[in-house]
Amino acid sequence: MHDPLGRRDDVILSVEDLAVHFPVGGGLLGRGGRLLRAVDGVDLGLKRGECLGLVGESGSGKSTVALSMLGLLTPTRGRIVVDGQVVTGRRAGNRKTLARIVQMVFQDPYASLNPRQTVRHTLEDPLRVHGVTAASEIEDRVATMLRHVGLRPEQADRYPHEFSGGQRQRIGIARALILNPRIVICDEPVSALDVSIRAQIINLLLELKETLGLSYIMISHDLGVVEHMSDRVAVMYLGRIVETGDWREIFERPAHPYTRSLIAAIPDPLHHAPLATTKGELPNPLSPPNGCAFGPRCRYAEAVCHREPGPPLEMRPDGHMVRCWRADEITDQTALALTASGHP
Amino acid sequence: MTGAPLIDIEDLRIDLNHGSSQVPAVEGVSFRIDRGETFGLVGESGCGKSITALALIGLLRPPLSVGGGVIRFDGREIQRLPATAQRALRGNRIAMIFQEPMTALNPVSPVGRQIAEMFVLHKGKSWREANQLAVEALARVRVPAPERRVKDYPHQLSGGMRQRVMIAIALACGPDLLIADEPTTALDVTVQAEIIELMRTLCAERGTAILMISHDLGLVANVCRRVAVMYAGRIVEERGSADIFRTPSHPYTQGLVASLPRLGSRAALGRTRLKEIAGVVPAITSFPDGCRFNPRCAQATDICRATAPETSLLEAGGLVRCHHHA
Repeated sequence: MHDPLGRRDDVILSVEDLAVHFPVGGGLLGRGGRLLRAVDGVDLGLKRGECLGLVGESGSGKSTVALSMLGLLTPTRGRIVVDGQVVTGRRAGNRKTLARIVQMVFQDPYASLNPRQTVRHTLEDPLRVHGVTAASEIEDRVATMLRHVGLRPEQADRYPHEFSGGQRQRIGIARALILNPRIVICDEPVSALDVSIRAQIINLLLELKETLGLSYIMISHDLGVVEHMSDRVAVMYLGRIVETGDWREIFERPAHPYTRSLIAAIPDPLHHAPLATTKGELPNPLSPPNGCAFGPRCRYAEAVCHREPGPPLEMRPDGHMVRCWRADEITDQTALALTASGHP
Repeated sequence: MTGAPLIDIEDLRIDLNHGSSQVPAVEGVSFRIDRGETFGLVGESGCGKSITALALIGLLRPPLSVGGGVIRFDGREIQRLPATAQRALRGNRIAMIFQEPMTALNPVSPVGRQIAEMFVLHKGKSWREANQLAVEALARVRVPAPERRVKDYPHQLSGGMRQRVMIAIALACGPDLLIADEPTTALDVTVQAEIIELMRTLCAERGTAILMISHDLGLVANVCRRVAVMYAGRIVEERGSADIFRTPSHPYTQGLVASLPRLGSRAALGRTRLKEIAGVVPAITSFPDGCRFNPRCAQATDICRATAPETSLLEAGGLVRCHHHA
């Protein structure tokens, strides 16, 4: 059966009812403080060899989900299972074992590499920590990895400042891949790079995914990049998933008003026209609105939307899932005149 | 003076001075902006787009200096104006908004006061009058409850609200030109769309011209009527904004347009390998001889390596700087 959450046998990572709450303020004993629900009830599945795009504005909880997957945050509720290993809760496995399965590529290759370490040092460290001791093997693996990411083995003894931004991101990718992980979380991997360099890194990531059989979680605010890379897409808003499905469903037939507004906000270079705007900004997660979290900004909101919290994610006939009281009416009403405009 | 363009930059050179040597960071840059026009300057970091704008408002500081060329604002040469006259132009007739409103706003002063200051400094209003005008200015940039918000400090506002405050300050005196340097790069797309619409509407209402600077060709083409693409300190192509996307002429522009995954392209054309622009952006101190794009250009020939191309007129309208332009 087609399941947009991807809960099937070939699932390599599954997130079940994940919630991450942070206490904010309050006294010594935590009294009087408030609860920030950064992530609240997220279900996700990542299949082997798949790229899952995770989109949403800053503050929507994308990175909190990512950090939980890496075992770097302790969830308040819910479970994450990575390649059979439970990452969360008291029965959580060893972080070190997890590091061999899940790795991360960071946004800013200027900030995420140690400026005092040579590339070799940066790549050798994880190997040593994970018990590779033979000098020849370390040397081989570093050289092979550098070739994989399009650098030359003889560049290994240089420092980060000797490389361009694009090359530094290649080093960041090499560091993520040196332990042969199965899953790579890419958190805005090209947004800090020069525009003319981005295509190189996007192509490299897609090639590596094929040659090394990787699965990706692709976090980005650039919907063009997400559409290009993803097999499935999940849209987050204020700590919850509001829509998820096959990339084509999401981009061609977006059903949630938030997804539609994200897509409509992308400037179309060929049409010198006003951008369709959504009112206002992401609400303060410390005092979320009553009813559907997107209600105050939604042009389709009715009484029910301001009264009741958003409905559970509901499967639609075309196979994707959406959390909206009015999804059916909205999709029927207006086939969104989407972006394919201007293509030859 | 109405016949003259609002901004007329001719053959501008900006030098990066270190020690006794000078390196041109910007060279041979010429463009005009008419009253009420929207003009975009697009390029990657280090291409010289921001310092061109700083030169325009007389804010270049060492080690950068104007090394040649003429900048005219409303027919007058900005370079020849005394410092006091330049200062009177800035904020009053030419205003600027920046990428990161948090660093551009004063963190220890309420935002209302920062807006009111404009009326006191440039329009000779009393503080009492100016404070009232500040509330109105905040209302115009659609900040809710402006009479309360004027008392807020920048840290109490969201990124989008701060950028609205910046726009309120910039447009306070009804300038002739608004320079917007990456005004929405730090914002989410939905907020970006709102800010752009706000900027566009307010400027159109008052006939304020916009010089928008960004690395995002798509955004600039959407906002501006004309776009100039800069590469390594030179303008390589200047066109109408739709033309630059439909029929880019310079190999660099062609590369930029082809290398970005655009929304809808996968659905229309399938997932194809993105076209890469080989190599890296050269550093200011090591611009290549000849055409500065030649080491990265697939069409480069001997003449490209030897001689810098002149600007040539395109039949379809617009300018390009390439020996082999399409």
